[in-house]
Amino acid sequence: MEHRRITLFAGHYGSGKTNLALNWAYALRREGLPVTVADLDIVNPYFRTKDAAAELERAGIGLISSRYANTNLDVPAMPREIYSLVDGRDRCAVLDVGGDDRGALALGRYVPSIREEDDYEMLLVVNRARPLTRTAEDAMAVAREIEAACGLGFTAIVNNTNLGAETTAKDVLASLSYADELSRLTGLPVKMTAAERRLAPELTDKVENLFPIDILELYYMEKEGTGLGKINL
Amino acid sequence: MKEKVLMKGNEAIAEAAILAGCRHYFGYPITPQTEVAAYMAKKMPKIGGTFLQAESEIAAINMVYGVASTGKPAMTSSSSPGIALKCEGISYLAGADLPAFIVNVQRGGPGLGGIQPSQSDYFLATRGPGHGDFHVLVFAPASVQEMADLTGRALHLAWRYRMPAMLLADGTMGQMMEPVALPDECQAFGSDNPWAATGTECRRPHNIINSLELAPEKLEQSNFARFERYAEIEKTETAWEEYRMEDAEICIVSYGITARISRNAIVEARKEGIKVGMIRPITLWPFPKAPLLAAAEKVDSFLCVEMNMGQMKEDVELAVRCRKPVDLCCRVGGMIPTPDEVLAHIRKLAEGGNK
Repeated sequence: MEHRRITLFAGHYGSGKTNLALNWAYALRREGLPVTVADLDIVNPYFRTKDAAAELERAGIGLISSRYANTNLDVPAMPREIYSLVDGRDRCAVLDVGGDDRGALALGRYVPSIREEDDYEMLLVVNRARPLTRTAEDAMAVAREIEAACGLGFTAIVNNTNLGAETTAKDVLASLSYADELSRLTGLPVKMTAAERRLAPELTDKVENLFPIDILELYYMEKEGTGLGKINL
Repeated sequence: MKEKVLMKGNEAIAEAAILAGCRHYFGYPITPQTEVAAYMAKKMPKIGGTFLQAESEIAAINMVYGVASTGKPAMTSSSSPGIALKCEGISYLAGADLPAFIVNVQRGGPGLGGIQPSQSDYFLATRGPGHGDFHVLVFAPASVQEMADLTGRALHLAWRYRMPAMLLADGTMGQMMEPVALPDECQAFGSDNPWAATGTECRRPHNIINSLELAPEKLEQSNFARFERYAEIEKTETAWEEYRMEDAEICIVSYGITARISRNAIVEARKEGIKVGMIRPITLWPFPKAPLLAAAEKVDSFLCVEMNMGQMKEDVELAVRCRKPVDLCCRVGGMIPTPDEVLAHIRKLAEGGNK
């Protein structure tokens, strides 16, 4: 798997950065590499990297996350340990950046070290099913805002188009031209197309650089086949 | 059908309000509803609407009062402590018979509480949030799709009945992402309101928007008139879902995220041969009293699943006129019950543990 020491996942709010960052970390770990994930999200109150803390520990993947994540305190603070990941160069670092320009602002303080080492990939995560990035033009506008906020330029695109549990192979295939158009507009290559593992058999032959991913499960979501009752409106 | 998009519950509220014709948003940021404001801040300037971050929640609700006085759809959103601040304004809206759309994405309390999800504003919402005799329409969505659908419904009913409507969601509903088919654009209200203060052009008497009544006789009459309207709404606008109730011996009553957790528990319990179903209130005011009373004739017991200390339990007991026992399964303070916890409670009831 082609990778640099530091992989940054940034993009529009809700584009799937956290889930991708976790899957990327697992993929690196499976190759036997030492990996640590850092949660740089200062925006999202719920659904944080920390939700996967126990699982990451079992897999031998390090996690650096705000001590306040998933608590009742709404403090946009980041732990000092993140410096050890950026300045120390002995491990693979996966940085899960907060959404949009507001979320990416916090990355700025680490950018001088990241640039100096120059062994990074900054991935633009896009999902065509997100209403504010339906067109390649809109997605590019968000990318430019993020770059301006953190002071680091994207190096490649990750097409993560999905409709959650309802995603079909057709949705993924229909998004390929969108990613290509974004690539043409920005001059960035499409590094990979991410899709839920269950869709991989249908997509392997049709999608270049397919990255099959697993989804972090939320226990309170209905299991398949639960269905709705009779609704009286 | 429209192509689905993937949205956060909070974003779905914002987009659905815009599609329903709302062009005025006033708010103040608070977790876990801030995405409503963030979405409006991005979108409203592009479509000629107004997004205004007010200096406080109190200012925001009174700005809604101002726009509503002209008959135009207006909304505000907040989370529990912020809604408490808006209560004075909501009472004034109710007293002036003004429509308004208010979103409450609840977090744990009381006091500053925390930012994790909760349903602990049930009392606040359903008893008339503010001083005086009044109600607001209260909708409890249980999916991102319903966040969108009930937003449109709340806005339209608020304007039809000239009263405030509240979307009572919880933090989980606000933050989670699901596919949603957005409703069609609609501009069906807000333009023809004979009561609105839009300028007389010297062609008609003044429309006065006010909640002050100098004569107590008249104030009494306006209260009576309002409650006649409420009685009509109770008859026509009550909404609920019945899930696997055909042969149910235990009836779960739950709304919002806990209804979804309960659904998982019901499926598991049925595998064990326990006949359990659910009545899910979609409107919390008006409360689905009739289907609950009808269910009381058939089931052995009721189980409320809530993220509060049993606020809806009182309404269920009243609705079933205490004919059957009503038990409670709850987590509070930002904690969410697991399907296993609900299942354990169902098993206990099935074994006669409620008697």
